[in-house]
Amino acid sequence: MNRPGTMSSHTIAVLVENKAGVLARVADLFARRGYNIVSLNVAPTTDPTMSRFTIVVDAESAPIEQIVKQLFKLINVVEIAQLGPPDVVERELILATVEAPQESRSQVLELVDIFKGRILAVSTGKLTVSMEGTPDKVNDFEALLSDYGIVEVQRSGVMALPKVGRPVPRLRAGSAEPTV
Amino acid sequence: MTTPGQRIDGASALIKSLEAADVEVMFGYPGGAILPAYDPILDSGIRHVLVRHEQAAGHAAEGYAHATGKPGVVVVTSGPAATNVVTPLADAMLDSVPMVCITGQVALPAIGTDAFQECDTTGITRSITKHNTLVTRAEDIPMAIAEAFHIATTGRPGPVLVDVPKDIVSPANPDAWFDWYWPTELNLPGYQPDMTPSASSIADAVELIRSAERPVLYVGGGVLKARGAEALLALAERTNTPVVTTLMARGAFPDSHELCLGMPGMHGNYTAITAIQQADLLIAMGSRFDDRVTGKVGAFAPGAKIVHVDIDPAEHGKVRRPDVSVVGDCRIAMEQMLTRLAEVGGAEAVADHTAWRSTLSGWQEKYPLTYDREATGELKPQYVLERLAELSPDDTIVTSGVGQHQMWASQYWQFDHPYTWINSGGLGTMGFSVPAALGAKMGMPDRTVWAVDGDGNFQMTGQEMITATVENIPIKVALLNNSYLGMVRQWQELFYDRRYSEVSFGRDFPDYVKWSESMGAVAFRVEDPDEVDDVIAQANEINDRPVVVDFRIAEEENVYPMVPAGGSNDDVIVDPSQQSMLDADRAAGALGADRRAASKESQR
Repeated sequence: MNRPGTMSSHTIAVLVENKAGVLARVADLFARRGYNIVSLNVAPTTDPTMSRFTIVVDAESAPIEQIVKQLFKLINVVEIAQLGPPDVVERELILATVEAPQESRSQVLELVDIFKGRILAVSTGKLTVSMEGTPDKVNDFEALLSDYGIVEVQRSGVMALPKVGRPVPRLRAGSAEPTV
Repeated sequence: MTTPGQRIDGASALIKSLEAADVEVMFGYPGGAILPAYDPILDSGIRHVLVRHEQAAGHAAEGYAHATGKPGVVVVTSGPAATNVVTPLADAMLDSVPMVCITGQVALPAIGTDAFQECDTTGITRSITKHNTLVTRAEDIPMAIAEAFHIATTGRPGPVLVDVPKDIVSPANPDAWFDWYWPTELNLPGYQPDMTPSASSIADAVELIRSAERPVLYVGGGVLKARGAEALLALAERTNTPVVTTLMARGAFPDSHELCLGMPGMHGNYTAITAIQQADLLIAMGSRFDDRVTGKVGAFAPGAKIVHVDIDPAEHGKVRRPDVSVVGDCRIAMEQMLTRLAEVGGAEAVADHTAWRSTLSGWQEKYPLTYDREATGELKPQYVLERLAELSPDDTIVTSGVGQHQMWASQYWQFDHPYTWINSGGLGTMGFSVPAALGAKMGMPDRTVWAVDGDGNFQMTGQEMITATVENIPIKVALLNNSYLGMVRQWQELFYDRRYSEVSFGRDFPDYVKWSESMGAVAFRVEDPDEVDDVIAQANEINDRPVVVDFRIAEEENVYPMVPAGGSNDDVIVDPSQQSMLDADRAAGALGADRRAASKESQR
């Protein structure tokens, strides 16, 4: 499986009307056209009639251009921004429960400290930790934690916004050409 | 007469909304959840056609839409009725047919409880509609209907489904009452189809068209949806460009025109197929590089540049990357191309196509569509269709089911007018022809409508002849009865070593004459070629009742030419009487000469 932030994935921000079933419409489109989702995030925007998806797609499953065009055929999709690495800020949250017996506990704590993570829960032999960062950082953190034995892990998927002052190509309904 | 602001219940508002959307005809079938909406139908001016199966309501709406250009309207109940319209919705989705389907739904509090006749209609139909919606408040009904018609008929047309729970259309429910309105503005921020192509794309397209030496206009159903037949004729003539019309576009360009090459694809004619293969420019006009046209994609039109004109941006580059992408309505695009062409010098500025045209007419002469005309004792389906076309009015509308009879009808009927050929191209839905004919006849009552059907197809939807009789819709059915599922049998003959598995229907059951008569139709049986003309003439004289003619055709006739599925169009198989000549030509390399010369030139 591709991790967010790896070369073969693309991040798109999809602005949709906040209507019943819109998540199902997007998910269904990916399923029936055979596009792979690496991660998907959705929440309302400041305008309560709109929601924004951040979707990381596996670019090897289909050309990104075709994915964007097919998404646009959904009536509720209003705007799609393609978010390339230099133009965006990306963040992801990871929660992990790791094995931390007496002999390795201090090493795990040190690792969490280095990554500016937090300890959320402690039990005999296990720790639940959180960390927030770029997808690359989160990948590194998870890889290092796995040396100690990950019991359970949950990643939020990527959230992204354009960098201030960096225009990103946005495709709006009703125009064939992207506008910046 | 309800005026704006007057109190109205959901059911009356639903029917009143259809009236406001200029609906004249709807096809439907009542039932539990939609019951409240059927009461105001009694007081409405909209003609309701009561079909015998909901699938037929859907195909009839499609036939109506194909024939008239207006959206077809379907009204059915929840659960099994909704699942019965799944097939026509999928059909309309693949063939871009404007259609609005209203389904009843169980009352809102019952949704999600597995109630009687409940199914997740919007969930089931999500991927086979252009859009669908579950209305949850009575006062949203006019807006939902207005949006449905707008979405169904604009941009790339398609089916839209509106699911209406029973309680919001029940006059007994106080919450089902609201102040009537008809929306003047729609709130669809994500839907603004772009009709007008960019000027630069038009200019680029015209440049390629001007310089092409072996161009082909590859015309699809989008030209008909755009009402673009006139513009197409002008563009083809002005640029002296040969035209192929796909299965969805038959009639978009007159078959009798000297520039017309007919149908390409799996059962297209040799010249249409080979012209594409050897073209240096394909102008794809409202066509979508369907696998039944391209065969093996990698070997399709290998030497051609592509100008792709389509209103749906997602069609551009889906199968074949265009050199010039023209996103917009086909009619507008062609009109703009003509204007642009005039600016840059008109017809004089277009490369000379004399050599190309003469190559094509050479192929037409050598490899025309043909069948064994001398065969005795057998009724040939191609002969039946030739006579039917000859003896029926010029503007006859032909519908068809799916299979061999569909291909023969497309091949042997000469279509000289747009909107005279109605079939199920994308989904390939057996049983399409009879209900589609009902819809076409409802839309065009003064025209002769012949449903060309196969025996397998007729057994799927033949019950709709009852609808034809009872609703007084005098359609005619030409049943090409070969007692087989003919296309499947043909494939088993060619690719499964003649091992015929589950394809024989037998001659005698049902007795099509008795069955048709029992449904109120006038019925004939024809076994002898000498009887064909007389029976067709009689059938064409009958205008007050439906007619069924059981043509008992040759059992094992095959459709040729044929490109085997997944094969290259270069390997098209022609009629057995021509194949040895073609093999010899291929061995001599005579037919590929143009393309090889061209590719050598481009290497230099």
